[in-house]
Amino acid sequence: MTAPALATMGLTKNFGALKVTQDVRFELPAGGRHALIGPNGAGKTTFINLLTGMLSPDSGSIALDGKTITGLPPQARVKRGLARTYQINTLFPDLTPLEAVTLAMCERRGLSRQWFMPLARRKAVIDEAHALLVQLGIGEQARRLTRHLAYGHQRVLEIALALATRPHVLLLDEPAAGVPAQESGILYEVISALPTEIAVLFIEHDMDLVFRFASRITVLVSGRVLCEGPPAQIADDPEVRAVYLGTAVHG
Amino acid sequence: MTADQRAGAPTPVPIADTAVADFRARARWQWYEPIFWLGAIAWYFLFPTYLPLGTQILCAALFALSLDLILGYGGIVSLGHTTFFGVGAYTAGLLAKNGWGEPVTCLLAAAAAAAIVGWVCSFVIVRVQGVALLLVTLGINLVLYEVANKAYTITGGADGLQGIAFKPLFGAFDYDIYGRVSYIYTLAVVFLMFLVARRIVYSPFGLALKGMRENWKRMPALGAALRRHGALIFVLSAAIAGVAGALLAESVQFVALDSLGPQRSIDVLTMLIVGGTGVLYGSFVGATVYMVARDQLADINPAYWYFWIGLMLVVVVLFTRNGVVGALSDLWDWLRRKRHRRGPA
Amino acid sequence: MLALFQGLVQVLFDGIAFGMLLFVMSVGLSITLGMMRFANLAHGVFAMLGGYITATLMHRAGLPFLATLPFAFILVAIGSVFLERFVYRRMYTAKELDQVLLTIGIVYMSIAAAAYIWGPEPVAFALPDYLTVYRHIGWFSFSTYGAVLLAFGTVITIVIFYGLERTRFGAMIRAAVDDRRVALGVGIDVNRVFAITFAIGSGLAGLGGALGINQLGLDPSFPIEYLVFFLIVVSIGGGGTVKGALVAALLLGLCDTAGKYYVPQTGAFIIYVVMLLVMLWRPNGLFGRA
Repeated sequence: MTAPALATMGLTKNFGALKVTQDVRFELPAGGRHALIGPNGAGKTTFINLLTGMLSPDSGSIALDGKTITGLPPQARVKRGLARTYQINTLFPDLTPLEAVTLAMCERRGLSRQWFMPLARRKAVIDEAHALLVQLGIGEQARRLTRHLAYGHQRVLEIALALATRPHVLLLDEPAAGVPAQESGILYEVISALPTEIAVLFIEHDMDLVFRFASRITVLVSGRVLCEGPPAQIADDPEVRAVYLGTAVHG
Repeated sequence: MTADQRAGAPTPVPIADTAVADFRARARWQWYEPIFWLGAIAWYFLFPTYLPLGTQILCAALFALSLDLILGYGGIVSLGHTTFFGVGAYTAGLLAKNGWGEPVTCLLAAAAAAAIVGWVCSFVIVRVQGVALLLVTLGINLVLYEVANKAYTITGGADGLQGIAFKPLFGAFDYDIYGRVSYIYTLAVVFLMFLVARRIVYSPFGLALKGMRENWKRMPALGAALRRHGALIFVLSAAIAGVAGALLAESVQFVALDSLGPQRSIDVLTMLIVGGTGVLYGSFVGATVYMVARDQLADINPAYWYFWIGLMLVVVVLFTRNGVVGALSDLWDWLRRKRHRRGPA
Repeated sequence: MLALFQGLVQVLFDGIAFGMLLFVMSVGLSITLGMMRFANLAHGVFAMLGGYITATLMHRAGLPFLATLPFAFILVAIGSVFLERFVYRRMYTAKELDQVLLTIGIVYMSIAAAAYIWGPEPVAFALPDYLTVYRHIGWFSFSTYGAVLLAFGTVITIVIFYGLERTRFGAMIRAAVDDRRVALGVGIDVNRVFAITFAIGSGLAGLGGALGINQLGLDPSFPIEYLVFFLIVVSIGGGGTVKGALVAALLLGLCDTAGKYYVPQTGAFIIYVVMLLVMLWRPNGLFGRA
């Protein structure tokens, strides 16, 4: 059996007396489509930050493709194949999407510290960047400034930047957050067209999206994994309902 | 970028090759560039009594250009860039004072020394950002300034490094009191450094720099090692600043303590803001405006000069988007759009 | 041994007195930096202005030194209101480089104006005799001036802390510094709070400038000369905290005094090194937050 694309064991993080992440055991198989849900304050953002290396855990380990990545800085994890998008657009306002994705491609290819030869000579990289934008449906926006793009297109660019690093594992942090209904179509297309080799973890509130794309759901409450399973099972689970709707569990 | 891009107008569906063409177009020499350099050459013939001023302007412009790479392109605001300028000046001066006066190798040595100091300083930027970075860079500058001040047996302290004599350039061209050789030599070196800066800006690293400026936080998420990027830009920028310092030392045959002074750090920032950041020629325009104004106004009365430069700063910050270059470029685009809107005659 | 101890006490006294002076001058900058995230490098202009008001009132109007102090505070505070209202308010959302250079431009213009109005030479200034005299408690001799600085500093510190903790306006200030957006959401008129706080802080700077003429001197280049001190106090203490400004100012006062007393060759050096070390250890200052 091959190692899961992403796995954590006993992951724990405390901020002083506040136990934000408690002994989390999590597995994402290669090519999987997994969703992480939980009420506000459940610790989802902290979990993502632990996965990407923005925070160090107090104990526990994280493995990517079977190899330990705990202790690696964020950029090293990206090079190993772990990418994320941000819930709030974290883009380059005065760069065009073409420039931004080209930048990501240059980083991936180790070109980004080349300072003496013109970028314009790198036709292969630029074409690859352009092709990615076209593939995701924002080819027409490629040469406008990012800050002039419609919000929905910006969210797609978020994903494009992550995909440009050719990840094995993609963490999508509320990809549809804040996108108006008429612009979400292109976003959904992009998500459903994500390559099957990439394992995707959705961090989500939007149950529509979760039920549409996820084959497994993990529920995180107060930093602990409450339960895990296929969507239908989770939807029927009384404990999950209680957490979300606040009704007491009848024994 | 074009005004159309800034205004947000959508472009037609691009073919793959157009993408590359886009990058190529931006890196191409613009029409006003040769005019500028020809003008610099013309200065030699038109203002033969102002050559020392011209040399100083070129040194200041090169120094400002080096800062623009870090600040205008990289988005890293440093209040202590004079550190590298001063290291370069003192390196060249000390070499000459102790017997080795060959100008070109002194330049190279100055660049190397400044580059090393730049490399050391670069570790700071991944630890601090924002106002704290302003203060740390200023602090480093102040510490070095005090060291140079106190170590007068080596540096001459507040009196500066005197009695240095550089050998004639290439063994043949001696420095004359009109500063003719100095000017041509400085112009040639500055032009070369400009070409280097141009390369940096339009290279993959130039794009990475802009990425750091536009969103520092996102860079590691793209796999960028910020520490190494920072080290590289500091090394390059410090080397260029060091060359500027050495050029000045070579042309005036003297190294003043204020080559390391924090006042110069503020001056060079002023030049950049007035000229425009993140555009190659902003440093040249700003340096020219600043130095010429200072030359004309400070003679009358130092306080008078302070008033006008202060007013210039306030006006530029409040009313222009990006200094003189930004204002000119906006004006040009506005005129062009008006012409297009009028349609065919 | 006794001499060493006596020297230490002297340094402590002078250092804390100097620190108090720095605190009075810098506390306004710390609060406004924390509240509006506005890098006001022209803060020293207010201190200079307070000094010149005092000197002018003493020399032209013949007012006694202590009587000029309220004027220094009030006039500078009023002046600052205009600056904030017509110039600074537009720049709160600007890039910090723009803020830095705008305020430096204002510093330059103020230096020129001061040189024009009062002349470029340092102000000839003499404190009244009863303040310059040295008094003795046993072996310990101290200048009345130093004691006055200490007294003023202590009183102002107490008033500020009391004001922040116990009054409603103080609570609004703390809310605005803590989280500006939430404070707006709760209905606090942040702009008005800021304008008043800015005026008080600038007035305090003016008061400090007046108090400090004896120790620091006064000439048109004052705002630039002492800019570094203010920046160091604010950066070491952390923006937005009175406690931070107090600790940092005292620390700075002590280090500077001790440095000049024990190792006069290195002098000013020491505070820069201290600042560097603190900034590298705690980039947001000792009491600041990210």
